[in-house]
Amino acid sequence: MTDTEFVYTTYIRSTPEKVWQALTTAEFQRQYWGLALISDWKKGSKWESDGGCNHVSGEVLEVAPPKRLAYTWSNFDGEPGHSRVTFEIEPMGEVVRLSVTHDKLKTAPQTLTKISGGWPHVFASLKSLLETGKGFDIARNKESAAA
Amino acid sequence: MGTDEDRVFKALADASRRGLLDRLRKKPGLTLGELCEHHDMSRQAVTKHLGLLEAANLVVTRRRGREKLHYLNPVPISEIYARWIGRFEQGRMAALDNLKQALEGEKQ
Repeated sequence: MTDTEFVYTTYIRSTPEKVWQALTTAEFQRQYWGLALISDWKKGSKWESDGGCNHVSGEVLEVAPPKRLAYTWSNFDGEPGHSRVTFEIEPMGEVVRLSVTHDKLKTAPQTLTKISGGWPHVFASLKSLLETGKGFDIARNKESAAA
Repeated sequence: MGTDEDRVFKALADASRRGLLDRLRKKPGLTLGELCEHHDMSRQAVTKHLGLLEAANLVVTRRRGREKLHYLNPVPISEIYARWIGRFEQGRMAALDNLKQALEGEKQ
């Protein structure tokens, strides 16, 4: 974990199961993310994005519902290689703590810039969707939500 | 709901704490010792500020062995942004921000 560039966290008034569903279901993702990640979410399976301004793909590394999900992430702008995204879901009383770590980005500075600006919006939108039934219109603000 | 937000605004209403967030933005994953290095604050004062930042979820920590690494967590600021600015002003705000940066000669 020495290569960790950021850990983003939000507290959502919801259940781990709902948060898990939001992370792995295309219809949910479109509402808060503006794109969908298509996969069967089994370890070793591929995933790829549908919609959004960057085509992204990767491989599912870890699936432990409703606690932990990890996958590789193809870097943007022709930067070679894959980085790694890890979600952790932890129940804490009435709320759920959701964290995302995106690491192995040392060799992909462009991707790092886009990603680190994108996740906070995605998380804020996801929180809003689960708590109020409405996500933000992220797709319309693509440059600020490249992730 | 209100209390989460109160914590964020309170945490941000202090130049030393904003300074700590600036340091973590530039260099993620600093330890307490490293964060103390370039401040004239005592270790106790830095610890106290970090406690408030963590309570507001503006700083997230991870353990690496015996060390505690600190990361800036901008999600609460994104929530504030989305609530008051995001929906209608994005394009115009970006233009104003670019203009301000150009005029003030700031780096990104």
